[in-house]
Amino acid sequence: MSPRRIDTGGRIDRLRTIRFTFDGAPYTGHAGDTLASALLANGVTLFGRSFKYHRPRGVLTSGVEEPNALVTVLRGEVREPNIAATMVEIYDGLTAVSQNRFPSLSWDVSALNQLGGNLLSAGFYYKTFMGPAIGPLKGTRFWMFCEHFIRRAAGLGRAGIAADTARYERMNAFCDVLVVGSGPAGLMAAKAAADQGARVILSELEPHFGGSANWSGETIDGMPAADWAARTASQLEGRDNVRLLPRTTVWGYYDGNTLAAVERVTDHKERPGKGEPRHRYWAIRAKSVVLATGSFERPLVFPGNDRPGVMLAHAAERYANEYGVLPGNRIALFTNNDSAYRAALALKRAGAAIVAIVDVRPELSSEMRKLADEAEAKSLSGHAVVATEGGKALSGIKVQRFDMANGALAGDARSIQADCLLMSGGWSPTIHLASQAGAKAEWNAARQAFLPPKPTQQWIGAGAFTGSFSTAGAIAEGRAAGLAAAGGTGTPAALPVVEAAPGDPDPAPVFEIRANGKSFVDFQHDVTAEDVRLAHREGFVSVEHLKRYTTLGMATDQGKSSNIPGLAIMAEALGKPIPEVGTTRFRPPFSAVSIGSLAAERFGDLKPERLTPMHDWHVANGATMYSAGLWYRPMIYGLSGETIEQAYVREAKATRESAGIVDVSTLGKIAVQGPDAAEFLDRVYTNMFSTLAVGKARYGLMLREDGLAFDDGTTWRLGEQDFLMTTTTANAGKVMQHLEYFLDVIWPELKVHVTSVTDEWAGAAIGGPKARAILAACVTGTAVDNATLPFMGIVRGKISGVPVMICRLSFSGEMAFEVYSGAGYGTHVWEALIEAGKPFGLVTYGLEALGTMRIEKGHVTGAEIDGRTTARDLHLDWMLSKKKPFIGSAMMDREGLIAPDRLELVGLISLDNQPLNGGAHIVETLDEANPHDSIGHITACCYSPALGKYIALALVKDGKARRGRRAHISDPLRGRFGPVEIVSNHFFDPDGSRMHG
Amino acid sequence: MLITCPYCGPRDVIEFTYQGDGNRQRPQPASQDLDAWNAYVYDRLNPAGDHNEIWQHSGGCRAHLKVVRNTLTHEISSVAFARGDHKAAMRHKAEGKS
Repeated sequence: MSPRRIDTGGRIDRLRTIRFTFDGAPYTGHAGDTLASALLANGVTLFGRSFKYHRPRGVLTSGVEEPNALVTVLRGEVREPNIAATMVEIYDGLTAVSQNRFPSLSWDVSALNQLGGNLLSAGFYYKTFMGPAIGPLKGTRFWMFCEHFIRRAAGLGRAGIAADTARYERMNAFCDVLVVGSGPAGLMAAKAAADQGARVILSELEPHFGGSANWSGETIDGMPAADWAARTASQLEGRDNVRLLPRTTVWGYYDGNTLAAVERVTDHKERPGKGEPRHRYWAIRAKSVVLATGSFERPLVFPGNDRPGVMLAHAAERYANEYGVLPGNRIALFTNNDSAYRAALALKRAGAAIVAIVDVRPELSSEMRKLADEAEAKSLSGHAVVATEGGKALSGIKVQRFDMANGALAGDARSIQADCLLMSGGWSPTIHLASQAGAKAEWNAARQAFLPPKPTQQWIGAGAFTGSFSTAGAIAEGRAAGLAAAGGTGTPAALPVVEAAPGDPDPAPVFEIRANGKSFVDFQHDVTAEDVRLAHREGFVSVEHLKRYTTLGMATDQGKSSNIPGLAIMAEALGKPIPEVGTTRFRPPFSAVSIGSLAAERFGDLKPERLTPMHDWHVANGATMYSAGLWYRPMIYGLSGETIEQAYVREAKATRESAGIVDVSTLGKIAVQGPDAAEFLDRVYTNMFSTLAVGKARYGLMLREDGLAFDDGTTWRLGEQDFLMTTTTANAGKVMQHLEYFLDVIWPELKVHVTSVTDEWAGAAIGGPKARAILAACVTGTAVDNATLPFMGIVRGKISGVPVMICRLSFSGEMAFEVYSGAGYGTHVWEALIEAGKPFGLVTYGLEALGTMRIEKGHVTGAEIDGRTTARDLHLDWMLSKKKPFIGSAMMDREGLIAPDRLELVGLISLDNQPLNGGAHIVETLDEANPHDSIGHITACCYSPALGKYIALALVKDGKARRGRRAHISDPLRGRFGPVEIVSNHFFDPDGSRMHG
Repeated sequence: MLITCPYCGPRDVIEFTYQGDGNRQRPQPASQDLDAWNAYVYDRLNPAGDHNEIWQHSGGCRAHLKVVRNTLTHEISSVAFARGDHKAAMRHKAEGKS
């Protein structure tokens, strides 16, 4: 048996030995041990080095609030830093290492920082490095030189670089009552709510349910409290309406009673079971929440309070009662309240000698005197600890007379030999979640603590969380809270009977003993009481500033142990009561949360893919696919050895010479139907649609309410009350929402129904001089000649037995037709068209050739309708009807939108026969070294096979007036400069003779 | 945040799209009152407290809803169809929008 292990008692299984390593040294522990309890049992006192001064640190607590004993857990190549040793359940093969030490934990070079301790006071880095550069050793440049060393010396654990191979998952849960915390209050609440038939979730951040019942040594209903807790939990376990979540930290309380939790599913196992994730993220929606999160014991602030061997009183009590470990053999206690006396007695019973109980209070109650007597402890009331002695372990303490009224010390300091000092500065309810839920905590002078605020969301508090520090109180409040949360009103049977040590829950208002030496407020960040006073002297008096200047309560601690002592010292410096200094609002997360659990399964490329009906055909026929939003579209159908440019030039050229076909299924398609459909379109589009004949299509332009261009496309009138609107691929969703908004909110009187039909239709655009001949060869049931199918006409017919709708319209500038069929027949019709086109030299073309032909024609797309351009800027003012108002009509004529120097759409021709670049600036005077005075930019560019030149579309200031003039492109990022000619955006066939044919 | 859609019941906010300030008053379509248009397009109150908003249940029934939301607490005190009257809502439903 290890030196500090008690022979009996606690939950550990002494028959099961577990082997693990810490800093490479092998240790053993027992099933049920935490890393902290197992190391303490092995006599280890030194757990880590402090953040700034590299002081040796032991373990301060026994739970989630541990600020000192942070370790890195290694699993193969994966390292997880900053884990509290108090929260690590040991397993065979556990490998843990200490942090922030070099070269080793027991011999640390940077511990020399302690000698220069006064230099490293609060704000040291700001003062030293952020000031003006006076001399060589100051200023930002000096910081940049020193940063590497400082970052290495000051800090917590080092993150790993190996990929995390663990799996994480996310769960959504719904319940009537979520109970957070499973101490006596939480257990009673869960049971009461479950008995009412409510759906209950009970979460507990530790491995075992029961909270303080597991170590209080009290008796509930005639049995040890730990047994009562285990029995109550097991009664809940089998019930259909109860879900028990051990090892689960509820870390966030959000609006709508949504809570976030992380369940550590397999961290305590040697290897995860089949299908088990490492962590599970729970998003819990609870109708009602019972907060039974208990309280944290506070340290006292006095010189040397951070020495290994100094521990919170209840933590030592817990190590003895729950883990069968004595943190020392000669134990002294230092307290400002009654709770430490119970701890003293527990440790005495476990076999330690209690050498002294130092109490700041001058008078003790008879009950406390009796407890001290039972513990055979020397009772030193009206005394305080003023120093601790020892190096990597405690060897003794010094005490002096202390006057609580004025904080004065008197008399000689006397030494007491002790290898462990337990301290208790009172208790702070764990109000983090209530604070997150959205209200300010309230100071309670009797308890010397912030109590939870009045709920602003659906939660009820119970137990120590509310300041009820007795188990009997917790049990009564827990059951009442559970009943209320479940909406029950019954008066149930008698409450469980508690036998507990007596004690006054109110501590003396003493937080700090002012004597020589470093007194730590925030152990994790090495913030001392003097640092807090320094912050005050330098003007950082608001509690939020105090936090940022001194780093008090930052990182994983989040003020769990340091909050109240820090505030108390600041309040004293300010001469104000604590509530006037205020407290910081707690924010999520309550304790550290793995990033993996937040991402859960959602990592990598999560974009859904939208594939057109002909997708597989494209891939099988050599298309290089291009991702456009969610869609995948053919970019080119390259032949072997072709570059992208060669491929699209060939495709575009062949289309203009004979015929080409392109998949246009991605265009947004919206059925606009109803008696008022035509009226609606007149309001939505800038041009008229009520005058459109059935069986005809029209190009339309939409503006936004602010008068800027929004989207364009053709709309086909299929019947008197039946229109098929097409939109650009990218804007399909936005246009749909735009239409729905106006129908729902602005013009509910219009009888119009809009339906997205994008996915119902497959579309193929076939264009070129031979396009009509190809259609004539395969379409049955209708003629496709000029009389039957004029420009913008629509006919219905069949291709290879499949009904199709054909509209003669053109994006490429050629005589062109869009052939629509039911999506399921898309490939069938496409293949029939390809087959029919073979004798005519039909080619398939992709987005690049499509873009090339549209640039040659000067048509606009999203690159030009960029949310900044007006219809006039794009030379689409001919589409702005003067006969009717439409969306945007009132705002489109505002001064700024008709100013002469606006960017207007132009064409550019490269004069040096070199490619132009999208996004390149246009300048009048070329100055490669110092580019300036941009007059516009390129929106789209290509090699034009029709012109035999590199061309581009651009938006240029007062562009129309500049036609025929020369300018330069200036693209310093890509080093491309060169002369261009500004021309009309209609490069090719400006009068449209080819498409009208 | 939960929004209780009158059709679909309480749903998570990720199902909804914010469609703007519900206080906007659109001038008559033919109005040439540029001040009124300017107020409609640009002026917003940004209150700290209750705010009238339009939300679309875009991941559900796609109805637009008038929502009163407290910008400080996210508390939603009322949700109604933007189309207004109950009859229109029922007709909406009868037409099979779901």
